[in-house]
Amino acid sequence: MRVIPAALLLPLILAGCKREARETRLDPPVAEALGGVRVMANGISGQPPMVNAAQGEPYRNNAYQLAQGKRLYEWFNCQGCHADGGGASGPALMNGWWRYGPDAVSIFVTLRDGRPNGMPSFRDRLTTEQMWQLTGYLQNLGATVAATAAPSRNDAMQTRPAENRAPAMGALPVSPDR
Amino acid sequence: MRLAALPAVVGHSITPVAAAVVDRELGQPWGFRVTGWAVAALLAMALPGNVGAAEVPPAEKELTPASVGQLRLAFTFRTHHPGPATQAPLADGKTLFLLTPFPHTLYALDLATPDATVRWRYTPEADGTARGRSCCGEGQGGMSLEGGRLYVNTLDGRTLALDAANGAPAWEVRTADPSSGESLASAPLPAGGKLLLGNAGDRFGVRGWIAALDAGTGRRLWRLHSTGEDAEVGIGAGFRPLYPGDDRADRGVASWPPSAWQQGGGGVSGPILWDAGSGLVFHGTGHPAPLVPDQRQGDNRWTSGLFARELETGRARWFDPLNSHDLYGLGATASSLLLDRDWRGAPRRLLVHPDANGHVYVLDRGTGEILSAEPFVPVNATAGVDLATGALRRDESKAVRRGRMTRDICPASPGAVTGASAFLPETGLLYIPSRRLCMDMEARNANYIRGTGFTGANLRLRPADGEGQGALVGWDLEAGRPAWTVPERFPLSGGVLATGGLVVYGTLDGVLKALDARSGAVLWQFQAASGILSRPVAFRGPDGHAQLAVLAGSGDGPEAEIDRRDASAEDGMGNVLRDLPRSPDPGVTLYMFRLP
Ligand code: HEC
Repeated sequence: MRVIPAALLLPLILAGCKREARETRLDPPVAEALGGVRVMANGISGQPPMVNAAQGEPYRNNAYQLAQGKRLYEWFNCQGCHADGGGASGPALMNGWWRYGPDAVSIFVTLRDGRPNGMPSFRDRLTTEQMWQLTGYLQNLGATVAATAAPSRNDAMQTRPAENRAPAMGALPVSPDR
Repeated sequence: MRLAALPAVVGHSITPVAAAVVDRELGQPWGFRVTGWAVAALLAMALPGNVGAAEVPPAEKELTPASVGQLRLAFTFRTHHPGPATQAPLADGKTLFLLTPFPHTLYALDLATPDATVRWRYTPEADGTARGRSCCGEGQGGMSLEGGRLYVNTLDGRTLALDAANGAPAWEVRTADPSSGESLASAPLPAGGKLLLGNAGDRFGVRGWIAALDAGTGRRLWRLHSTGEDAEVGIGAGFRPLYPGDDRADRGVASWPPSAWQQGGGGVSGPILWDAGSGLVFHGTGHPAPLVPDQRQGDNRWTSGLFARELETGRARWFDPLNSHDLYGLGATASSLLLDRDWRGAPRRLLVHPDANGHVYVLDRGTGEILSAEPFVPVNATAGVDLATGALRRDESKAVRRGRMTRDICPASPGAVTGASAFLPETGLLYIPSRRLCMDMEARNANYIRGTGFTGANLRLRPADGEGQGALVGWDLEAGRPAWTVPERFPLSGGVLATGGLVVYGTLDGVLKALDARSGAVLWQFQAASGILSRPVAFRGPDGHAQLAVLAGSGDGPEAEIDRRDASAEDGMGNVLRDLPRSPDPGVTLYMFRLP
């Protein structure tokens, strides 16, 4: 074991960078509070949990949380229906066009409860925190401005412009003519 | 909105008027509007009998290479449905039936009226969640007509029977469960008092099956699977194993890792064929799930091959494993044809099957023996078929391993052909709507989560070398090579109609084409306002005139919300369809053409 060199290096590393704070395990009360969304009666938009703002919107801005979201996107088979954001049997998520609203609460509720035209509910499969990580990731994917914190590369095949330089919406889809 | 082309009556001479007048007022540049149709309709009603029929010499009433140039748009019927229209209309002389994509509506149009009044319509109950389950160019249910009854499969897993005369439902049963990702992709097949159907859902890890219902009541008579123990597959005393290893017991379990067969795919999503003479039915099975091959080591019986079964019991007679341990998500569900004709000098009962893997298989349908298997598109993943064992000679450099990317695999999933081919005895040619595509495939880990995609692969499609992403291949069956090909800019998806020396088909960019069946020369074409994914149909209308109908609607409207900057969108099709112009009018529309 090379305990000693590693121990010597550690202060150097710590001094060398100001790391982004990374919350790897949530306090139980915080985890609990994350579930506290208040949704409008039509299931679209509402009030996000207070803790999100209190913690500085980690799921929207923190590179670690966004990267977690990206991994969950693959692990939980979102790709099967939405491809890498371009859509297949499910709608595109990277075009900036949202059926149920672009805000965090709408997306969170989509994941938690599902949607009538074939979006399954992930309530029993994802923790509340994981749903927020995914929500933040999707908000960046479908955002109209590029975010530097968003992932810049794929572990897998590069199928589309990277999240951190892919402003959504070249052109908004035309709305249906009826 | 309808368009009616009615004979304008001037004295005794009759001049056909194609009233394709572009409607600018409504701001829809591609919309059609009828000019003066009310006047024409009144005139038509005032005239006794059928004037047009009496004045046209009989020869011109047939659809042939000589007459096709005179085809005129008679009317259009818009349904406003935004989805992809995959089911061809059905006609029975007086009535034309049309089934819109999910959520379905069934229309019966009266062909005896000049602009085809709706005689009845029927909207089955729909489970909206099924919309997220239809996949990768598969069909969206289907219908068939037999003995005055319409039999319908809905995408969301219902099978129903209706009285064709008035749309009154006779029975309805649930046959597939959309919550698991299961759906019905094609039409049920009426066969000797039974109704045969199979499920779709390979991309969701659904276990494939074929079932027979009592056509009178909808009661299930038998159901047999594409994976699992012999008893559940219908393998027993009457089964004649063709290839080494397939004589062992329970191959549907033993050729998989433990319990993997339960989510093994092999759906019966394509057409089923019935040979009344021998009492056999034939069907393909879909690709094994998941796509990543490392997670399903073994031969993966009985997926991605062709079955012959006895109609009465469903028991299997033979099985040809066309894509044993299918590496590329191909499956063998592309539609086949039953032909009785001379093969290399002797009369034979053949089954001809253009497969997703890019080869035309010619089989003896009594025994399953493969007589020939030659490529009709560029193929590099395999170097031919060993006729004695049915095995593909695989190219090791095109192997797929988890965590690795394999580039330039030709043909690409979901295969070199998805629509129905057609055959004309007088030319000896098989007309194949082909897709000339290759893919990069990266295999990943796949987790089975019920109701979500069980794939474990990223696909990125690209055009094959040579001209066009598609081609209509005029395939000389006897010689085993193309007589001619007509390159197409986009992959062909819908089926082909071959009739009276003509080959008719539609393209993704909405062109309906009629070719000379001998030479492949384009004789006539028509631009529809949306892509065509369904097979055109020809029939004789109540007035005795030949008519041609096609249902357009590619489902690429705003509702589809596909962003083609993502190469993996639409199962990798996003990458090749970037240049596909958006349909001016994506709504499903019936176009009806007549000879004057
Ligand atoms: C079985 C296919 C399927 C799976 C798996 C799936 N989705 Fe969906 N998703 C859909 C469909 C279909 C819709 C459209 C629902 C509707 O319109 O009612 C949708 C809608 C959505 C929306 C709302 C889009 C909008 O425009 O408002 C989001 C966000 C979303 N999905 C995210 C995800 C994520 C994240 C995952 C993985 C955890 C996932 N989906 C897995 C099919 C699926």
